[in-house]
Amino acid sequence: MSLLSVSGIEKSFGAVSVLHGVHLAVSAGEVVGLVGDNGAGKSTLMKIITGMYQADRGAITMEGEDMLGLSPGQRRARGIEMIYQDLSLAKQQDVASNIFLGREPTRRVFGMRLVDRRKMKRDAQAMIDQLGAKLPEITRPVGSFSGGQQQSVAIARALTFDPKIVIMDEPTAALAVREVQSVLDLIRQLKSQGIGVILISHRLNDVMSVTDRIVVLRQGRAVANLITKDTTMPDIVSAIVGGGDVAAAAAHEAQG
Amino acid sequence: MAPQHMSRAPSLWARLQAKSIEQLHIRLESIVVLIGLATIMAFLSPFFLSVSNFMNILLATSTIGVLAIAATFVLSSGGLDLSIGSVLGLSGVVGAAVAVNLGMPTPIAVLATIGAGAAAGFVNGWVITRGFVPAFIVTLGMLGIARGLALVISDGRVIYGLPEWMLFLGQGRPFGIPMPVIILVLVAVIMHVILAYTRYGRHTLAIGDNENAARTSGINVDFHRLTLYTLSGGLAGVAGLLFATRINSGDPTAGITYELTAITAAIIGGTNLFGGRGSILGTIIGALIMGVLQNGLNLLAVQSYYQQMAIGGVLVLAVFIDQFQQRQETKV
Repeated sequence: MSLLSVSGIEKSFGAVSVLHGVHLAVSAGEVVGLVGDNGAGKSTLMKIITGMYQADRGAITMEGEDMLGLSPGQRRARGIEMIYQDLSLAKQQDVASNIFLGREPTRRVFGMRLVDRRKMKRDAQAMIDQLGAKLPEITRPVGSFSGGQQQSVAIARALTFDPKIVIMDEPTAALAVREVQSVLDLIRQLKSQGIGVILISHRLNDVMSVTDRIVVLRQGRAVANLITKDTTMPDIVSAIVGGGDVAAAAAHEAQG
Repeated sequence: MAPQHMSRAPSLWARLQAKSIEQLHIRLESIVVLIGLATIMAFLSPFFLSVSNFMNILLATSTIGVLAIAATFVLSSGGLDLSIGSVLGLSGVVGAAVAVNLGMPTPIAVLATIGAGAAAGFVNGWVITRGFVPAFIVTLGMLGIARGLALVISDGRVIYGLPEWMLFLGQGRPFGIPMPVIILVLVAVIMHVILAYTRYGRHTLAIGDNENAARTSGINVDFHRLTLYTLSGGLAGVAGLLFATRINSGDPTAGITYELTAITAAIIGGTNLFGGRGSILGTIIGALIMGVLQNGLNLLAVQSYYQQMAIGGVLVLAVFIDQFQQRQETKV
């Protein structure tokens, strides 16, 4: 039984039709890769799931509950969390400020509601530890961290919303080789906590190494739904580009 | 595997820097500049090191200090308020007109002074957030409008003769400490707590840092901006009150180019011109630096024209140094 179920989603912007009936399902603790060329409709699909865009047709349910009528905030409250590629971090603020941005814990001092810095710091550290992420001093501004470390802050932030589904947009795209592994480890960590993950990525090696299933979008359709362990690189590349001679491209991707 | 880029143990200076920013929200460099500047002035002028001169500096700093606090809030939210000098002038004239021309009691005149400032700030914020006009343009326009309105209300003349209780705010000296200094300290403490320790303050910095992140975190960015510009205007009103009561008159030309000094003080104190970082204690240090600079130049009998040039130069220099440091930090 899947946690998130997306079926028959259609969307057009004016005369441009972007999605033509997309199906996608994610179970608890499942990592699903969403791949496809630029313009295949990945971002549009994700924005429809999070509620940023309205679908023209189709259905989205989360644990059986219809999501389409709900606002982005309501969907987030139901457990749909998205981590954008730009991470939406306030770079000059520290880790705790970012993790609790907009929901800072407060305490009363002389009748004034002041931000409880100590609790914030403690909870932030706990969240980082729970993730197994490695960060330098968490009182430093997030902008001074590496891309991978910033990614862990964004993931820790997402986790504080107690999500059931986390959608990650190109989390490894801008990372150094060494850091890719730690971010993939974080994704496995989410999976082990029973969270469903949708991983949007162009880096097929990363997708192959961390996902259970791979859904390929091409020209607004989910053209393939592959079990990762039974799939080879040529299968994916072929599905992305739509057949033809893909040996060279697949070999290139396999090299990483 | 051990990370390749093990950093060296940070120097004492670096650790002190980190501590002072984390605990006090002050940049260590600004304190060094303040002490250095005061030392130089003490050598150059025999009159500099005296209690009465320090009181003079504090007194002169009080008006600019309150304005600089306003500038700190707006700048650290990624905004800009160029109208604070003119709004200072307008609110002083409104207060004097209410007290003298209308003969209202002091509390009403005081409220009118601060209220006039807040109203001007509210208009700024309203046009910026609802009309999508850049803050630079709106507040530059208000710089002209508020100044013009002050001249219209006062008919271009200085309004003399404030009531005694009002004068106490500018000239009273309980326990030998000038009232404006007491008011500056009060305002600074309250605003420091708000900026550093309340959600309002944290959100102000977050909006200046990454407006999008703030928005997706559920912060009502437009409303927050509106309140910030209103606050800025209100504080300019407080500064106008201090100014008017100190000189016992509503002067429509009061506060010309004060926005320059106030923004300079905020930036010297470590406020990021582009938002995301700001501290009231730092700003007070910055305002004191400007105060010591002006006071020292006065003692050295340097013409005020040159002082204007010095302030402008310091502003550009401060931003230059800040940008230089940021480029160094982001260089890997």
